[in-house]
Amino acid sequence: MTTDPIWFTPPPRSPRVPEAPPERPRERVALTVDGEPVEVAKGATLLDACRAAGREIPTLCYLETLTPVNACRICVVEVEGARVLAPACSRRAEPGMVVASESERVRTARKVVLELLASAVDLSTAPGLAELMARYGARPERFGAAAATVAQPAKVDNELYLRDYGKCVLCYKCVEACGTDAQNTFAIAVAGRGFDAGISTEHDVPLPDSACVYCGNCIAVCPTGALMAKPEHDLRAAGRWDESRQTRTDTICAFCGVGCAITLHVQDDRIVKATSPFENPTTRGNLCVKGRFGFEFVHGRG
Amino acid sequence: MDLRFQGNRPSAEERAAIDEVLGPPLGAWDGGERDPERDGRVGFGGLPAAARRDLLLPALHAAQDRAGWVSPGALEYICRRLSVPPAEAWGVVTFYHLLATEPRPPVVAHVCDDLACRLAGAERLCQRLVRELGPAGAPAAGGRSTWLRSPCLGECDRAPAALLTAAGAAPRSAVLSPIHSEEALVAALTRPESFPARARFTEASEEELRRSVPQIGRPDLLLLSRVGVVDPGRLEAYRASGGYRALARAIELGPERVIEDKVVSKLVGRGGAAFPTGRKWEAVAKAEARPKYVVCNADESEPGTFKDRVLLEHDPFAIVEAMTIAAFACGCERGFVYLRGEYPLAHERLADAIAQARAAGLLGEDVAGAGFRFDIEIRRGAGAYICGEETALFNSIEGRRGEPRSKPPFPVEVGLFGQPTVVNNVETLANVPAILLNGGASYAALGTAGSTGHKLFCVSGRVERPGLFEVPFGATLGELLALAGGVAGGRALQAVLLGGAAGVFVGPEAIDLPLTFEGTRAAGATLGSGVVMVFDEDADLGDALARIASFFRHESCGQCVPCRVGTVRQEELLARLRAGRPEGTVQSELATYRELAQAMRDASICGLGQTAASALESALARFGAVAVSPSITGGRG
Repeated sequence: MTTDPIWFTPPPRSPRVPEAPPERPRERVALTVDGEPVEVAKGATLLDACRAAGREIPTLCYLETLTPVNACRICVVEVEGARVLAPACSRRAEPGMVVASESERVRTARKVVLELLASAVDLSTAPGLAELMARYGARPERFGAAAATVAQPAKVDNELYLRDYGKCVLCYKCVEACGTDAQNTFAIAVAGRGFDAGISTEHDVPLPDSACVYCGNCIAVCPTGALMAKPEHDLRAAGRWDESRQTRTDTICAFCGVGCAITLHVQDDRIVKATSPFENPTTRGNLCVKGRFGFEFVHGRG
Repeated sequence: MDLRFQGNRPSAEERAAIDEVLGPPLGAWDGGERDPERDGRVGFGGLPAAARRDLLLPALHAAQDRAGWVSPGALEYICRRLSVPPAEAWGVVTFYHLLATEPRPPVVAHVCDDLACRLAGAERLCQRLVRELGPAGAPAAGGRSTWLRSPCLGECDRAPAALLTAAGAAPRSAVLSPIHSEEALVAALTRPESFPARARFTEASEEELRRSVPQIGRPDLLLLSRVGVVDPGRLEAYRASGGYRALARAIELGPERVIEDKVVSKLVGRGGAAFPTGRKWEAVAKAEARPKYVVCNADESEPGTFKDRVLLEHDPFAIVEAMTIAAFACGCERGFVYLRGEYPLAHERLADAIAQARAAGLLGEDVAGAGFRFDIEIRRGAGAYICGEETALFNSIEGRRGEPRSKPPFPVEVGLFGQPTVVNNVETLANVPAILLNGGASYAALGTAGSTGHKLFCVSGRVERPGLFEVPFGATLGELLALAGGVAGGRALQAVLLGGAAGVFVGPEAIDLPLTFEGTRAAGATLGSGVVMVFDEDADLGDALARIASFFRHESCGQCVPCRVGTVRQEELLARLRAGRPEGTVQSELATYRELAQAMRDASICGLGQTAASALESALARFGAVAVSPSITGGRG
């Protein structure tokens, strides 16, 4: 041991052990859902209240990690005294509200919304929607075989993921994930108007010419499979995608020091997809291009 | 923000036009020429640039007006100047139908083929244009002009109408109405050099104005008292006719009593939603957040509505004064008029009125020497009906897509730029000076108990004298039609559309219906924006319904599913019924439609989607499927 003079002396430790500030009691809001009294924290939404009452409210454009845009209108509920239905995902609970989560008006609205979507959009890869359609008795075929759709060829302009906007329900989630809610890249936005509105880069340029950084956080939030990583898409196209044969392994991404939580989806001894858990407080479902797409090398064993 | 660009450059002309709005760039950082000495040391742009995002739409207008379209180079330059992500700016520019993203000839005729103009032969006019100039959008006159179909231009008293725009170094727009002969329009397009330097092709003669506003000069008018009587271009004339006395009175009373007076008057908004104006002002006055804003909603786009245009064209100072009073009462320092892009004359006169008021110290740092600050800016819309919805209007001013926001929170708490905002319709504001001068109580004594004061009605379609009429609330539909000379040619009345495309159809049995909020509500109808459009026995109701359905499909912003897809399904379903080819039976189609209409009304985000089915629903309810059946749609139109 040398006795080099120490050029940096750490400050003395404070004898006081820091304590977490006392939890302030949060104001509660009392309301009723389907006749049942419920209490939620102030600032909670009707969706929170309905869930607290054990009601299952369907959602499509809602995600815990994103700002609610309440565009899909699947989650509407009836609030007594209100002229129109309220989107549960964004309407704040108010004291004394009387909420009906499955009234006739609510069921009709949800059914028609599902019918409108199913008659215009290819929902074949949207998880859970077939069950919802059955639950509400949706019959999209009543709008006729000639009903206008958003069918269009999938955009394949890079090696990492596809954009199949014939499957897009315009939930705004990808735009939010690309923007201030997660990535702050702003490569895509909603363009056009009305039925012709769609997700687009500026002038619809291919992704490699856009600001896209291929983090794939848009894929993670897409509720219909309109955005899909290339390996998953290729396996599906070949008829070999089979979730029942997949295992999920939670691990830590090894690429950098952040150490994001990562879930590896493995089928037939190969990684077929990488995601991150939405409930993880660090990633909130987000990854970067390396974590999301950088797993092919694992299969490169000589 | 780390933005990525394509490397498109604006032309020197486009750059100059955009700089005219935004000022010169600071350096290469925000789109200017690179100077290594300056730009290598300090960064410009970024947050200060992004804070001016509300100049996005004015800058897009400048590019469009200069080149006839928003070129990729112009769009990119604007993005650099304002630090806006190109994808977002693309989303904005593709939202407005007056902005083009493909090259377009400099002179464009936007030919109205909406409800009132159809009743006046707009479709024949369009067919003539197809024969003479080619299909809509095709270049004519050697690529110097083209024509497009347009939703209602607010010229229903002078139908049929067209708005002509000419891009260039001195951009102009002018309204051609009424189009007495198709030749006039064809000539304007084949010889674009004949484009006039004024906002109307032919200066409206006194006689023409009298035809549009037959009550000119009557002493019992509150709202139209200056129209056609007082020169709208001179502040002195306005003052001589009693103008700015109301502001003086307001200053004398103080903000609280001004608001109290508004509450007592029971004035409600005239834009369609009928919200009590006094309560709105009160809420903003009480709001603690600063700054606060006054917004005048002049995005009058409801088909059949032209009242706000007449007020702005012929009494612009009254709106400036009323906004100043609102600002004084509520503690706002900045005001915006969001004026629809299709009103060139209103824009010209209002801009002039604001400039004169500013020069006279009636706007600015110390308004009328009373120690408060207030100024007004005009923001031009760019062709989007939805921007008449107050929160969509805020987004449009802020440089975002004109998509409505979810309410609550309401504008009185979270409005323009997220601040407390008073937003009033033009006609609502026109009531303000009169209320102050006569007192809220005497105003409340006018009209009926549930609907106080006077109301403007836009009477159009098949009547002898289409025009704007002011009546105290309580007049019946029949009395109003009598003012307009009754059904044209003495023919029988088939139906009346009340409230515009978002309104309802009533039949001849409604002739005694009092045109009040409570009266129409009881009859399952609406006053909406004051549209009274008359369909005589020869008019093709099915055609009108089809136009309404196509209007809503075109104008839906696309944000929520019930409206975005619902308006398309509504149009398709109506087309099937009109063609006699129902999916299943007519009965099953009607059952489907009932559910569709209910879901649109119940689950859409904003008033557009909530009312998009109301006209067709009412027609089906009152006239049955026969209203749209192929058998009677062969009317002589």
